[in-house]
Amino acid sequence: MTEQLLKGNVAFAEAAVRNGLRAYFGYPITPQSEALEHLSGRMIEEGRVFLQAESEIAAINMVYGAACTGVRVMTSTSGPGLALMAEGLSYIAGSEVPVVVVNMMRGGPGLGNIQPSQADYNFMTKSAGHGDFHPLVLAPASIQEIIDMVGLAFELAEKYRTLVMIAGDGSIGQMMESAELPPMQPVRDTVPEWAVSGAKGREPNVVTSLYLGAEKLEALNLRLQAKLAEIKRNETRSVEVATEDADLLLVAYGTAGRICVSVLREARRQGLNVGLFRPQTLWPYPEERLSELADQVKGMLVVEMSAGQMLEDVQRVVQGRVPIRFHGRMGGAIPMVDEILVDAESLAKEIGQW
Amino acid sequence: MRHEETVFSGFGGQGVLFAGQLLSYAGMAEGLHVTWIPSYGPEMRGGTANCTVIVSEEEIGSPIVHHPSVAVVFNSPSMEKYESLVKPGGLLLINSSLIEAESRRDDIRVVYVPASYLAGEMGNVRMANMILLGAFVELTGLVSLETVMAQLDEHLSQRQRKWLEPNYESLRKGTALVRAAA
Repeated sequence: MTEQLLKGNVAFAEAAVRNGLRAYFGYPITPQSEALEHLSGRMIEEGRVFLQAESEIAAINMVYGAACTGVRVMTSTSGPGLALMAEGLSYIAGSEVPVVVVNMMRGGPGLGNIQPSQADYNFMTKSAGHGDFHPLVLAPASIQEIIDMVGLAFELAEKYRTLVMIAGDGSIGQMMESAELPPMQPVRDTVPEWAVSGAKGREPNVVTSLYLGAEKLEALNLRLQAKLAEIKRNETRSVEVATEDADLLLVAYGTAGRICVSVLREARRQGLNVGLFRPQTLWPYPEERLSELADQVKGMLVVEMSAGQMLEDVQRVVQGRVPIRFHGRMGGAIPMVDEILVDAESLAKEIGQW
Repeated sequence: MRHEETVFSGFGGQGVLFAGQLLSYAGMAEGLHVTWIPSYGPEMRGGTANCTVIVSEEEIGSPIVHHPSVAVVFNSPSMEKYESLVKPGGLLLINSSLIEAESRRDDIRVVYVPASYLAGEMGNVRMANMILLGAFVELTGLVSLETVMAQLDEHLSQRQRKWLEPNYESLRKGTALVRAAA
C-alpha cells in the first residue's frame, strides 16, 4: 500500500485519470481549481483531452458532446458554475448519456465566498435542471472516499447511462490527508453500442433529448423513471458508527459527517449513547436503513452546512416517529464540535436519556 | 497517545501553510493519521493565512478545531485571533519578532521565539517558519526532528532546493533555542 498526502482536488482529479478518463472539460472556480491545474498537466502527459472552456456553459456542453460518443468524460465546478451548467445537465439526463460532475460546494447564495458549504443539496439531489430527473449523488467525507467514489461514479454512470454527481465541499477540496490512489487503467478502447461513433456499416445511432410529441416524450420519461426506481432499489449507500446501542442518532453527510465522528466520541466519553448515520448517496437517499433506525433510537440530530436541506429528507423518512433537531451553519461557516455537542446534550435531556 | 491539533497562522508568504504541510508529511512518515486544511483569502501574498494540522494515533474526525491544542502565531492578527482559543493546558508559540504583546493566559504554556529576527540574521527572513517548526517539534515531541528533515528533503520543490541546508539549520536553531531555555 502506498499512501500519499493528497489534497482533495488533486486526489479526485488523479483518481479520474487512473480510472481511464478520456476527456475533461472545465472552467476554474475556487475551491476546486487545483483539479484543473492537475489535469492540465496529467491529461496531456497521457495523450488525452484536457480543455479549459470559456465558461461553465461551454464546458458542460463539451462534456455532453463527448459523452454522446461513449467516452469516459467528466467536469468539476463549484456552486455558481454548477448553476450555469443546469441546462446542460438536463440535456445530459434527457439524452441518457453517462457523465460525472464533481461539485465542491462553497458558501452562497450568489457569488458568496470560497468557504465550504453544503447548501447545494437540494440543487443537486432534487433540481439539477428542468424536467423530471435526479442525478445519482455521492457524498464523500474523506480524501480516500472521494478517490474511491470517482471510480464508483464512472461505473454507475455507465451502468445506468445516467448523470452522477459527487457532492464535495470546499473542505474536502482543500484538505490534505493520506490516501491511496487506484492503479492506472488505460482509456477504454471499446465503444458502447448506443454511442454516436461513426455509423459506417451499421444503422446510425441517435442520441437526443428532443422528442416532439407528448407521447414520445412521456415514453422517455417513463423509461427514466423506471431507471431511477432501479437505481433507488440498488444503489443506496450509507455508513454507520456506533448505532447498535444508540439512543440518539446524529445524521450528517460529507464534512459535517466526519465532524460528527468527533462529536460522537466526545458524547460517548460523557456517557451519552450516540450513534452516527452518514449517507454516502444523497440521491437515492438511504431511506430504508434510516427508517429502521427511526424505530430504534429516541431522537435524531441532523447536522448540515446549510439551513437544513437534507433535514427535509430525514423528516420525510422518519414521519414524526422521533423528535428531530437541527444544527446548521451557513455561508461558509463550519459547525464546531463543542457547539453540536450542546445541542446533542439538550436533545438527550429532552428524550430522557441524560 | 500522540495527538495534537495545531494551528499555524500568519501573513501569506511567511510559509505558514508549508510549515503545516511539512508537519503533516512528518506525521504520516511516522505512521500517524494526519489532516491539513488551509484557510486563506483569495490573495497570494499579504493576506492572512492559516492552516490546521491534526496529527494523531487515532483516526481523525473533524479536520477543523475550535480550540487548538497548539497555536503557532507568526504575526499580531494571528495572536489576537488564537491566543484566547488555545485549549487550557495547551501551547502558544509566538514569533516575538513581529508580536510585541505578551500573552495574558496563565493556563497554557507560552513560548516566545524571535524567529523572524533570527532568520534574518541567518540570511533569509523567510525561514522563520522553519525556526518555529523546529521549536514546535522540541516542545511537543509530536514527531522527531530527523523525520521532519527527511521529509523536507523529499518535498522541497526543485526551485527551492538551494535552501535545503539553510532550512535544516533553521530547524536545528529553533530546536536548540527551546532546549536551551528549558
